[in-house]
Amino acid sequence: MRFTEWFKSGAPWVWLSAGAVAASLFAVVSLLLLLIYQGSALFWPRPVLDVQSPSENVRLIGEQRQSEVVPAERLRSLGQKVPPGQEMVERRLLRVGNRDLLGSDFRWVLADDLAKAVYPADLAVFERREWGNFYGYPRQVKENGEIKAQGDALWVELEQRLARVAELYQQIRTIEKDDIGAVNYGLEKLRLESRKLELAQDDDPLKQQDIQARRRALQSQYEGMQQRLNDLYQQIRRDSVAMETSSGGLVDVPLSKVVRAYRPNAMSLLDKLGFYLGKIWEFVSDEPREANTEGGIFPAIFGTVMMVFIMTIMITPFGVVAAVYLREYAKQGFLTRLIRIAVNNLAGVPSIVYGVFGLGFFVYFLGGSIDALFYPEALPAPTYGTPGLLWASLTLAILTVPVVIVSTEEGLTRIPRMIREGSLALGATKAETLWRTVLPMASPAIMTGLILAIARAAGEVAPLMLVGVVKLAPTLPLDANAPFLHLDRKFMHLGFHIYDVGFQSPNVEAARPLVYATALLLVLVILVLNLVAIAIRNRLRERYRAEES
Amino acid sequence: MKTTMTHGVNLGALSRRNGADNTGIAEKCLQVDDLNLYYGDKLALKSISLEIPKRRVTAFIGPSGCGKSTLLRCFNRMNDLIDSVRIDGDILLDGRSIFDPSLNVADLRRKVGMVFQKPNPFPKSIYENVAYGLRIQGVNNRRVVDEIVEKSLKAAALWEEVKDRLHDSAMGLSGGQQQRLVIARAIAIEPDVILLDEPASALDPISTLKIEELIYELKSNYTIVIVTHNMQQAARVSDFTAFMYMGDLIEVGPTDRIFTTPKKKQTEDYITGRYG
Repeated sequence: MRFTEWFKSGAPWVWLSAGAVAASLFAVVSLLLLLIYQGSALFWPRPVLDVQSPSENVRLIGEQRQSEVVPAERLRSLGQKVPPGQEMVERRLLRVGNRDLLGSDFRWVLADDLAKAVYPADLAVFERREWGNFYGYPRQVKENGEIKAQGDALWVELEQRLARVAELYQQIRTIEKDDIGAVNYGLEKLRLESRKLELAQDDDPLKQQDIQARRRALQSQYEGMQQRLNDLYQQIRRDSVAMETSSGGLVDVPLSKVVRAYRPNAMSLLDKLGFYLGKIWEFVSDEPREANTEGGIFPAIFGTVMMVFIMTIMITPFGVVAAVYLREYAKQGFLTRLIRIAVNNLAGVPSIVYGVFGLGFFVYFLGGSIDALFYPEALPAPTYGTPGLLWASLTLAILTVPVVIVSTEEGLTRIPRMIREGSLALGATKAETLWRTVLPMASPAIMTGLILAIARAAGEVAPLMLVGVVKLAPTLPLDANAPFLHLDRKFMHLGFHIYDVGFQSPNVEAARPLVYATALLLVLVILVLNLVAIAIRNRLRERYRAEES
Repeated sequence: MKTTMTHGVNLGALSRRNGADNTGIAEKCLQVDDLNLYYGDKLALKSISLEIPKRRVTAFIGPSGCGKSTLLRCFNRMNDLIDSVRIDGDILLDGRSIFDPSLNVADLRRKVGMVFQKPNPFPKSIYENVAYGLRIQGVNNRRVVDEIVEKSLKAAALWEEVKDRLHDSAMGLSGGQQQRLVIARAIAIEPDVILLDEPASALDPISTLKIEELIYELKSNYTIVIVTHNMQQAARVSDFTAFMYMGDLIEVGPTDRIFTTPKKKQTEDYITGRYG
């Protein structure tokens, strides 16, 4: 009796709804927490241990990663020595680095073996440009093979010399990327120009000479740069450091290969914090190294945001115009209804199908035609007839435009008839009414559509793999060479980066935290994009708030 | 430039109207000729013939659904927006058919302004609401627009209340103020006729009184046609009254006579409150 009353009161439904909301919130929050926990730990400097493993009788130097409990039987069958009488044993993953010496970065060690580990303050970690981290005790700093410092003075000397190397490296990068890049760009343009003349069968000697002269000028510029580069390379190769490794011998590590050196065991909490923030900054602002497993992911962030921007610029007019036609001008009959259903269903087509369409239609057909018409001099090398930023944005645009159409239509239907009639009664035509009153009032709904579209597009990976995303793009789509925005270039994308790092990298164990960190960043990028759009929408809403009816 | 000149002409026309005397036999402004209107198959207005005198207030009264609003919306062709409506017969504005294919509907609506039952200001500032019709005509000269906005708001008896917040949203005004704003918006483009579709039915008594006073003021310059449910209101504000019932125009004549000595029994029944 009381149960039926309770049931009739509606309370169960309230509880059920509240429970559903709580469950969803819990899922979202725990997802974020997992990403933050796993991703942010990547950058914190961990203590480095040095231990003589009793069961395997080797010396190990490295940092601890995760641990797991496994059946002892499994390890025994792998030929590992496990103390008898134990069913389950705990083992730890040790990052031992020195891939060039040891063959692999990681190895599993029994937890018991680490009981006697020591954490000496002078144990150092070198982040290198290739071959991953290097762990060891720095013993001698050398200049051209001569010992310059050892003992207590060593670390200060090492840091000074590293700063010099970093500066030289920066200069080399600038010359290689920007200056030589610009020269190459110019040379390529000249090549296309002369090919164009050839195709047009224009053998005006003046033009030929002009091209020759410009080419010579560029070439001499290039030689000058090459000279400077050689000098710089000479200088940067000067210093090295001799490291004592786990095998006990000394190994020479050239400083030119070292990005960063630190002694985690000697760092105070403040040092660690500074190091941590520096690493995070590197992560978001630098380019990737070592097949994407080290360094930053700036090109991927940039590519993602850029692609979403271009897509938004394209879908806004298309979606709005289509919705206005469907809602305001088309006769509301069977055909319009059919089109509307078709548009709604377009949003449900699997995205990879759009990728295939984009590849076939945009890249091969449209891009191929553009190349044949406007860039015949570059053929057979394609200009637009190859996956690139423009085609990726267009493919995502057709993927997301239904969302904009639907929500714009929704917005248009919600504009009170009184408002339209008021405008018409003042002598405005239908188009003027739309333009001056109805569309501004529908703009919050248009923004809602864009928000949904952005959220969908920024997370999409599958179609992009077919139409323009690559593992490593040598240049950003935006640079200092005219015309500055290169829509034909391939680009990097956070979503694809996650896939690439997580499954395609040579060192999956090392890359795992990177996957979480990149995922976290992807979420943050989408969040920022959405927050901006929502802020704009709320402003529009406030501005065009019609009378509540 | 051109539109500004057009406006100058309109201002001239206004001053001429001001000079016109308000007594005597009024000339006709609108003439309805055997008008039938169908919603799909349903006949909603049955051969209506009627003349609306210039610079007078004509009220349409009648029970709900009698077709008075539909008739009103014929004068500025608002019924064009409804697909199922079909009209035969004719309406002449100053002797010219408003259904003439060579006539631009937007031009007609500039001459025949309309105020709706519920206030419908645009979600813009008070100033921009009044300037809306001018902007449509391409009048953007700041000084001209300022002047017309002020004049229209004064004519709608709203100026004193809003002159310090012209650039605030019109949505912040009260219902009665919004309705006067909408009237100001309508008179800013200098129409010849103003159609009022139950302009006070959504307002409180004091706002209603203000609107009625305003109608009284406006009739010296504009031809006014008002649809009302409220017979006292019709008696108070109008010079002529037309009584409609079930799509028929039952009786039309000077308001005094309709309310004192109606010729038709249906009219008498209605105004004495026996139905409706």
